[in-house]
Amino acid sequence: MTTSTELPFPGLRSGVELVPTNDQPQTGKEYTSDQEVRWCPGCGDYAVLKAVQGFLPELGLRRENIVFVSGIGCSSRFPYYLDTYGMHSIHGRAPSIATGIATAREDLSVWVVTGDGDALSIGGNHLIHALRRNVNMTILLFNNRIYGLTKGQYSPTSEAGKITKSTPMGSLDHPFNPVSLALGAEGSFVARTIDSDRKHLTSVLSAAAAHRGTSFVEIYQNCPIFNDGAFDAIKDNDTKADAIIPLVHGEPILFGNGSKGLVRDTESGGVKIVSVADVGADAILVHDAHNQDPTTAFAISRLTDSGYLNQSPIGIFRQVERPTYDDGARAQVASAREATPGEPSDRLAALIGGGDTWTIV
Amino acid sequence: MSKQVKQLDRVIIRFAGDSGDGMQLTGDRFTQESAVFGNDLVTLPNFPAEIRAPQGTLPGVSSFQVHFADHDILTAGDAPDVLVAMNPAALKANLGDLPKGATIIVDTHDFTARNLTKAGYDANPLDLLGDANDPLGEFQVQPVDLTGMTVEAVKEFGLSRKDAARAKNMFALGLLSWMYGRPTDPTVTFLEKRFAKVADIRDANITAFKAGWNFGETTEMFVVQYEIKPARMAPGTYRNITGNLALSYGLIAGGVQSGLPVFLGSYPITPASDILHELSKHKAFGVTTLQAEDEIAGIGAAIGASFAGSLGVTTTSGPGIALKSEAIGLAVMTELPLIVVDVQRGGPSTGLPTKTEQADLLQAMFGRNGEAPVPIVAPQSPGDCFDAALEACRIAVTYRTPVMLLSDGYLANGSEPWRIPEIVDLPTIDPNFATERNKTVVAKDGTETEEYWPYLRDEETLARPWAIPGTAGLEHRIGGIEKADGTGNISYDPANHDFMVRTRQAKVDRIAESLPPLEVDDPSGEAKVLVIGWGSTYGPIGAGVRRVRKAGFNVAQVHLRHLNPFPKDLGDILKRYDKVLCPEMNLGQLSLLLRGKYLVDAIGYNQVNGMPIKAAALAEAIGGLVADAEGVTVDLTATPQEAAQ
Repeated sequence: MTTSTELPFPGLRSGVELVPTNDQPQTGKEYTSDQEVRWCPGCGDYAVLKAVQGFLPELGLRRENIVFVSGIGCSSRFPYYLDTYGMHSIHGRAPSIATGIATAREDLSVWVVTGDGDALSIGGNHLIHALRRNVNMTILLFNNRIYGLTKGQYSPTSEAGKITKSTPMGSLDHPFNPVSLALGAEGSFVARTIDSDRKHLTSVLSAAAAHRGTSFVEIYQNCPIFNDGAFDAIKDNDTKADAIIPLVHGEPILFGNGSKGLVRDTESGGVKIVSVADVGADAILVHDAHNQDPTTAFAISRLTDSGYLNQSPIGIFRQVERPTYDDGARAQVASAREATPGEPSDRLAALIGGGDTWTIV
Repeated sequence: MSKQVKQLDRVIIRFAGDSGDGMQLTGDRFTQESAVFGNDLVTLPNFPAEIRAPQGTLPGVSSFQVHFADHDILTAGDAPDVLVAMNPAALKANLGDLPKGATIIVDTHDFTARNLTKAGYDANPLDLLGDANDPLGEFQVQPVDLTGMTVEAVKEFGLSRKDAARAKNMFALGLLSWMYGRPTDPTVTFLEKRFAKVADIRDANITAFKAGWNFGETTEMFVVQYEIKPARMAPGTYRNITGNLALSYGLIAGGVQSGLPVFLGSYPITPASDILHELSKHKAFGVTTLQAEDEIAGIGAAIGASFAGSLGVTTTSGPGIALKSEAIGLAVMTELPLIVVDVQRGGPSTGLPTKTEQADLLQAMFGRNGEAPVPIVAPQSPGDCFDAALEACRIAVTYRTPVMLLSDGYLANGSEPWRIPEIVDLPTIDPNFATERNKTVVAKDGTETEEYWPYLRDEETLARPWAIPGTAGLEHRIGGIEKADGTGNISYDPANHDFMVRTRQAKVDRIAESLPPLEVDDPSGEAKVLVIGWGSTYGPIGAGVRRVRKAGFNVAQVHLRHLNPFPKDLGDILKRYDKVLCPEMNLGQLSLLLRGKYLVDAIGYNQVNGMPIKAAALAEAIGGLVADAEGVTVDLTATPQEAAQ
């Protein structure tokens, strides 16, 4: 028997390589379903939906080969508004359902839409295991740092001390940093973007779709009803230059209009922010998203504020090639099939008629 | 000296020893030998949940019981005729189950002071044999130094004393194989294969096995050899099979017969894990197995695979069903084919992981939020797990619904001869994927457009169409939120919800139209008492019923494969009898359903001790009911009990 380590892995292929393409030009309208969108006015989800509807035609895939799966929460209504195949499943379980879809079919582009509660609270286990297995799918985590659909309780990304309906004296929970978590689970593609920055959002989505394996994209998304202004510092024109630490592969990590940058911190083993004037431009860390070792990417992710958001690295933290679970699972089936010729019914007869048998006439 | 040969029609042997003594393997080999010889047989493995419980202790005792006969039998037997006890704990733990006159073969080697103390013996019972106060006086005790003779027999292979002694189970198997005239070739072949890579261990085991046989042949201790002729069974090719293996084969057959790839999402749990192990070996059939991170992910992946056009399967035991409940509800709502296998074990909570029980029926029936009907299918014997699994696949695919397949620990690990079916006799299953738009919608201005409505139902089955991703023009969204009839769009409309709840129930009820009439076993046609059961109690109920009939009384039996929906004729059948007895390994779950649905006074016979129901005690209960119903005196002891097994 061929073992998994001996099977060829289609390592460097694209995330959508096996998905049938469409030679006709497509429009965002084709991807828009007939269902009325029912998010609150001003919700960041609208911007993401528009960006996705605008971006999917660019992928050039056959629409019927795209599947969106979601869990429960405001963002999880997403599949209803896209005219693709879709499933609005149960709370937290979308990654497991998507794992089944992606493993069963190599010809589908599989997307998961989830929120900070859905992915990090009730569905935390499935999220880390999807990342660990590296199933070929793209997970969009809409992080508004609050529970919206249940009307305003704190979420696993809310800052400690947050006053909400369920925490009148302040939340006692230490928040997750979703990017740190994904890197800790050895996600092969980990990125962060912002709902209101359509250009950046689209570029990250393109890279995520092209990546073979689990692509994890955290999208900062404003909830105007229960957590309005949570991302003001990175959206406001006056503050964003100092708040956003942009990550571009192969580029030095600079922000604050070039006045600040990152260097390795030999004391802590991590990275730290310095004044470029103090250290010189050559000393600034060059971002390497393709580094197999996730240590530096993790260190960069720790620069995200866990309280009120004044500072956050944005971009693709990590993008590395690693065998995917679904390709491996299909390769095992294919290799077993190849090694066992014959009609299924004949092989079934041989299987059930095997072992020590005796015949009575 | 010449040995006597004595004819017997049936024997029950129990091998018992420490968890590490290889008793399961010994029993399994003896079973295979008996199967190849042509006896009918039923087995009952019984082992602790601990992998290696403390050596020599009562909780660490592992046993394997095999009942074999020259006629068809239904149970593993109430009480062993022969006990092979490898140490004091094995003797003590099993003594209570032995009838007067039973034979006990003990390995004297392990009757050390230390082991006797561990087992709670004040004095060595073997020292008192034949004394006035002999605690084993009621039995035929054969003390044999199995370990000592094994070590002596295999010394040429230069194994450590410990390794040499480990072959003692094969010595015991050899001795018993001699006593009951079992064919030895299959075991020799088996050992050659099993230990192919370790020559000395292989040779030691084969030598110990042969030495055990020769010891029987030459010693003066054993003067009688027993002969149990092959059973008369229906023509066909047979093999011995456990329930878990038959169930695995049934699922593979479900894939072959429907042309669908099987996708198993599962998390290991006793006693269901062997199905995961087995299916993972059969990727050549297009079977994908995913060992998920938890029970919920297992069913989640299976649902995803079903949505993508596979035959989704998830396998577990009771605690796993509890975790999967919400996802089963999703499969009910999305109306996707799904097989949910529950190999029931003792509960609640972790309960008795390695023991059997039938107490998940109501969980299968009702264990979800909302009105969430799920068809339930139950196998009645190890071999029947094949047919039941295939039937579950048929229902799931035809009616686009999750189906609960309720096996149990006794069926899972127990075995019986199974007549291997011909592939041409297996049902074919049509996935009937949707490929075209199915609804013409007329706009106000009269223009017509073709649409795909995922909840437009088949009139006969009420099943919805199954359109899988990749099918152009049939893009659609499904989910857990209530959907509008036809279009499947989100709908909170009160009347629509009421309609959809009733329709989902009606669809499951509609399955009854496809079920054959029940087979009522009522030979005289004059019985006033009906015994009704489901699942693995089939054997004990059948054996109990036979005992009552042997004593000259009438009793009818019917056994349910379908628990939801019930077959259409069940109500009429129940009404034909004055008394209905319902034996179950729970506190009365089928009784409750029968009472609720048919307003019949189903009387429970309930046992929840982790073991199969005993036929003799059940026969007494049936007899009591017959006495009541017919106004006669019923004395079952008047007939030879053995023949009634």
